[in-house]
Amino acid sequence: MIMKQLWSFIKKEFHHIFRDKTTVMILLLMPVIQIILFGFALSTEVKDTKVVVLANTNDDATQRIIDRMDASEYFDVAIMAHNSNEINAAFRDGKAKLAMVFENHFSENLKHTGTAHIQLIADATDPNAATSFMFYASNIITSYQQDISQSGGGMIQPEVKMLYNPQMISAFNFVPGVLGMIMILICAMMTSIAIVREKEMGTMEILLVSPMKPIYTILSKIAPYFVLSVINFITIMLLSVFVLKVPIVGSFMSLLAVSLLYIFVALALGLLISTLTSSQLAAMMISGMGLMIPVMLLSGMIFPVENMPPFLRFISNFVPARWYIDAVKTIMIKGLSITAVLKDIGVLVLMGTVLVAISLKKFKVRLE
Amino acid sequence: MIKYLLKKEFKQIIRNPFLPKMIFMFPLMVLLVFPWAASYEIKNLNLSVIDNDHSTYSRRLTQTIISSNYFRLTDKSASYAQALKSIESNKADIILEIPQNFEKKIINREPVKVMLSANSVNGMKGGIATTYLSMIIGNFNSTLVSELYPEIAGNSSNIIQVDSQFRFNKHLNYQVFMVPALMVMILTLLCGFLPAVSIVFEKELGTMEQINVSPVPKMTFILAKLIPFWIIGFISITIGFTVAWLDYGLIPVGHFYIIYTFAAIYILAISGMGIVISNFASTLQQAVFIVFFFMMLFIMLSGLYTPVDSMPEWAKWIAAFNPLKHLMIVMRSIYLKGSNFIQLGGELAALLGFAVFFNGLAVLSYKKTN
Repeated sequence: MIMKQLWSFIKKEFHHIFRDKTTVMILLLMPVIQIILFGFALSTEVKDTKVVVLANTNDDATQRIIDRMDASEYFDVAIMAHNSNEINAAFRDGKAKLAMVFENHFSENLKHTGTAHIQLIADATDPNAATSFMFYASNIITSYQQDISQSGGGMIQPEVKMLYNPQMISAFNFVPGVLGMIMILICAMMTSIAIVREKEMGTMEILLVSPMKPIYTILSKIAPYFVLSVINFITIMLLSVFVLKVPIVGSFMSLLAVSLLYIFVALALGLLISTLTSSQLAAMMISGMGLMIPVMLLSGMIFPVENMPPFLRFISNFVPARWYIDAVKTIMIKGLSITAVLKDIGVLVLMGTVLVAISLKKFKVRLE
Repeated sequence: MIKYLLKKEFKQIIRNPFLPKMIFMFPLMVLLVFPWAASYEIKNLNLSVIDNDHSTYSRRLTQTIISSNYFRLTDKSASYAQALKSIESNKADIILEIPQNFEKKIINREPVKVMLSANSVNGMKGGIATTYLSMIIGNFNSTLVSELYPEIAGNSSNIIQVDSQFRFNKHLNYQVFMVPALMVMILTLLCGFLPAVSIVFEKELGTMEQINVSPVPKMTFILAKLIPFWIIGFISITIGFTVAWLDYGLIPVGHFYIIYTFAAIYILAISGMGIVISNFASTLQQAVFIVFFFMMLFIMLSGLYTPVDSMPEWAKWIAAFNPLKHLMIVMRSIYLKGSNFIQLGGELAALLGFAVFFNGLAVLSYKKTN
């Protein structure tokens, strides 16, 4: 009897959501587009950075260095300036990010006095990009110098190995992040808005006076979002494995288990927000400001948590996505077993239990 | 007529329990908290050293790296497997392995390889860590060369001295990079989200019906919805300027009036977009979702933290139609480089285009009949 009732309630909720085609479309497409964008568009690699060159004496050595710069995949010599004003202009107009200034009589100085000067000026508006291309440019100059002098200049040669992600593909970092974010969006934000909407419309009253126990009302409310989250989880996994070529190194079952746990926590959060608020606008603001922004900023999805000041690092402990993303990275990308994420799991279980306990306590059967 | 409509809009905003608070608190929160969290300024990277040589030189190399302030020695591991454990548990970010006979080879002028292995689950962080470490090793190299073979370094041939200079952000401060861009975020979130919500809200409440049966022209109605957000935008960006100045000591190199002009056009464009969305959406949930979807795309493709220059061609092309990207360039250029209208002409044209397009669409897509 109860099961039949529950089933018809769940059916009602599914109709509610699936009749709103726009929302369902976006719900299902959003992760796809995000994964593709994050996977292919976002990168920090230095590629064809525009360089402006100022060389008053066009001699052999300058020409060779310029050619090497141009030939490298990192740079593209775009402008040959004639004076320093042109360099300034190129920077201001955003036409170049790096300037290379050869001193007068560069080649002659190199031959006769043994030393010659090059000045590298970087547009450091973006500090990290500036550091990288400064490093690449100095490397090109150094390698030229070594070739002409043939002295054992570079004795210690660093050999670099990028662990887990040899091509430094940003998707490795973003896939877990997108998972963490989408689940919060669907489970917490959508659930809370959906429940509060019934309150606002007055239909909640009808549900509460029905012979269904409130717990079943709630269960039926969250069921469709649970299903949607699982669908999204599968889409993201398929996309990341087959399109982005981000492999699932660890066990898929542990990944699924952790994800289900996280979905549970996110649903609990949504439930809590819906019991605390009475208008859709408020539910949206709270889940937007209170959940989405922390998830994006403090979860390690984009910015590494370790770099943050202690206060923010402390706060980030309360963001469920942080633990989930850490667990996904560990299992999926590093390929460690589930025992390596016991701490993450423990924290998520604790969070879920506390959230459900509070929202059950706060849930009012009667509306004032 | 517009006077009364405006009065209504302002009353609605002021009487809302948290909108006025948000207009003030949001820029404060974003500018006080975000620059600390949204940081790729790499300090204190955790380094695990495997020293197989135990010599004076290998110790000196480690010492040089640590005294650079970019790295912090977390542990000295006996083997690679052990060092890998600290990477797995996130205790270390990068491993430096110094081979046996490191010192001997240096003295014999033989090339010697050191191994850097970085945790690159976050490719960006891994990349920065290896770049920094390679740079420090490079410097250590030159120090050694000049110490051991003064004849090469001192007088003989072919030394190119590179003098590097970082312009516009001398100290490579990441906050200087983020703060102007965050002002764009504030404008986008406040002036993009709120208009989208405001019309749908009226639809859900049923008050939209009342407007629809009134003689209010479409244009006037849209204008009355836009103007309050214009003012909200100006207030929040002014708060932003103040915080940037007081908290980060950041004052634009260029002129304020240029920023305000650009902001004025931008707010029009982005609130226009919000209104278009709310015209198409029928429920609040839908509107929030669509806005969120577009905002996410816009923010990711704006160059907020990954440079637009590094994107593939197709993504750059999409980014060209992203109002956020244009204002991001404008803000950073004016704040750090002191660019003027002429240098930002392309951005000006683009933003004007967006403003006309979105608001035109807003008026066209607003239908008084259902």
